Amino acid sequence: MASPDDLTFQEFEEAAVLLSSNPGAATLSISGPGPGPGAAASSGDVRVDLSDDEDNQQENSELLGGEKQTGGFWTFEYYQSFFNVDTLQVLDRIKGSVMPLPGRNFVKHHIQNNPDLYGPFWICVTLVFSVAISGDIYTFLSNMGDPEFHYRPQFNKVSIAAVTVFLYAWLVPLGVWGFLTWRQSVERRISGYTFLETVCVYGYSLFIYIPTSILWTIPVYWLEWLLIGIALVISGSVLVMTFWPAVRDDTRLTAFATMAVIVSLHALLAVGFKLYFFKTPTYTGSSHSGQQTTPAANHTVLAVGKHQ
Amino acid sequence: MAEVEESSKPMFAGLSDISISEDIPVEGDISVPVSSHNADNDFSTLDEPVKDTILRDLRAVGQKFVHVMYPKKSSALLRDWDLWGPLILCVTLALMLQGGSVDSEEEGRPQFAEVFVIIWFGSVIITLNSKLLGGTISFFQSLCVLGYCILPLTVAMIVCRIVLVGGSGLVSFVVRLIVVTASFSWSTFASTAFLADSQPPNRKALVVYPVFLFYFVIGWMILTFSPSQ
Repeated sequence: MASPDDLTFQEFEEAAVLLSSNPGAATLSISGPGPGPGAAASSGDVRVDLSDDEDNQQENSELLGGEKQTGGFWTFEYYQSFFNVDTLQVLDRIKGSVMPLPGRNFVKHHIQNNPDLYGPFWICVTLVFSVAISGDIYTFLSNMGDPEFHYRPQFNKVSIAAVTVFLYAWLVPLGVWGFLTWRQSVERRISGYTFLETVCVYGYSLFIYIPTSILWTIPVYWLEWLLIGIALVISGSVLVMTFWPAVRDDTRLTAFATMAVIVSLHALLAVGFKLYFFKTPTYTGSSHSGQQTTPAANHTVLAVGKHQ
Repeated sequence: MAEVEESSKPMFAGLSDISISEDIPVEGDISVPVSSHNADNDFSTLDEPVKDTILRDLRAVGQKFVHVMYPKKSSALLRDWDLWGPLILCVTLALMLQGGSVDSEEEGRPQFAEVFVIIWFGSVIITLNSKLLGGTISFFQSLCVLGYCILPLTVAMIVCRIVLVGGSGLVSFVVRLIVVTASFSWSTFASTAFLADSQPPNRKALVVYPVFLFYFVIGWMILTFSPSQ
């Protein structure tokens, strides 16, 4: 405690000494292979990595803090911050969603605190059109042998596909995020995901359905269900590996129920696509001509029914 | 006070003596001369005949059509953007996709509103996407470019309808497929040539992909058009 100059220098030294002695108390989140639970217990509102294999590159990205929100939500820059990705980053994220390696949390490894809306949005749009177009091709190919079949472009299915995909890609992450945040506040666990990261994971996990839907045009029955199985395994495992660390500290019942709901919703989407857009024509011949009759004929049938 | 009056008296003393003799003409014109009519003619087009106005706009639209058909890296499309051309092309395309006859098989065909919405909302979304990714192009310039580059697809639609008059078998399908594929790649290439310079270099593919998807969907609508029988 000598001159004021020494005091100012000493303050910084003391702070540095404090930081190095107790890294858990730091406001920056530091990733390390060892002290997961230890660091977690000391600071309740700091997100600490719980994943098992860590690369050192994680440290740099997490030092930047949480979401980058520049400006209010009414400014253009706010939305521009969600599109802060390069081509290579998007391709890397897509690759990560198609090849899930065990132990690699999609959010931690690929998103790295930079969730983007480009990937989810354009993957959803592509999925809508690929399902609709492939369904069209499939209907054409499977009815090719039917002489009474007159090809009609079924463009109204695009609207239905669009509504389904976008509802799934936005409402389900909202539900999952809300549920996880509620459990986080109840159980005082540490790791949760922001809403955008949840949307990101769901959006990128839908990518596998795009080549699947293109391959569904091959009208071989067992191949279609095999493809559904493969796609479900891949994208389901991405989702499971992302959300398992978030629920694993919860009661076993809640954890397994959450996982089951996530996977079953995903499966429902795939099976729904298959059954609605890729309808296998079960009858040939007269029933097909029955399907092709104009509504006028249907009206006459109804009128006859009413008269009776 | 008395001194002030005395000092002011010599200043104003001679005023009463001034009189204007009546031989000096005091007439004149105090109005400001109107600015030359040449400047007015450059900016005000209110007085010209309607034919001139329409022809001038049509000539601008036609010039841009030529620029689209032979895409070079020129900035004419970007400098004087207008939305007349995209509107004409969009309405023509949507009308031709209707089939011309109202029949009960309309449920599968893309409705006029669907085509319109896809083209205009698609262009708006692609423009927003490129601006969010850091593009320097303005909103309406991008709409203009995307709309004008539908021209090859409209030409393909006309060709397809002519081919379909001849028959709708496998040969006509192959011909239509080739025509639509060629025009769709032409559209994508043309719009990329105009839009490429305004994008940040490491995000070019991210901006080009939605454009590709947009023209692909329009090409698909043209290819699957089947006339009512």
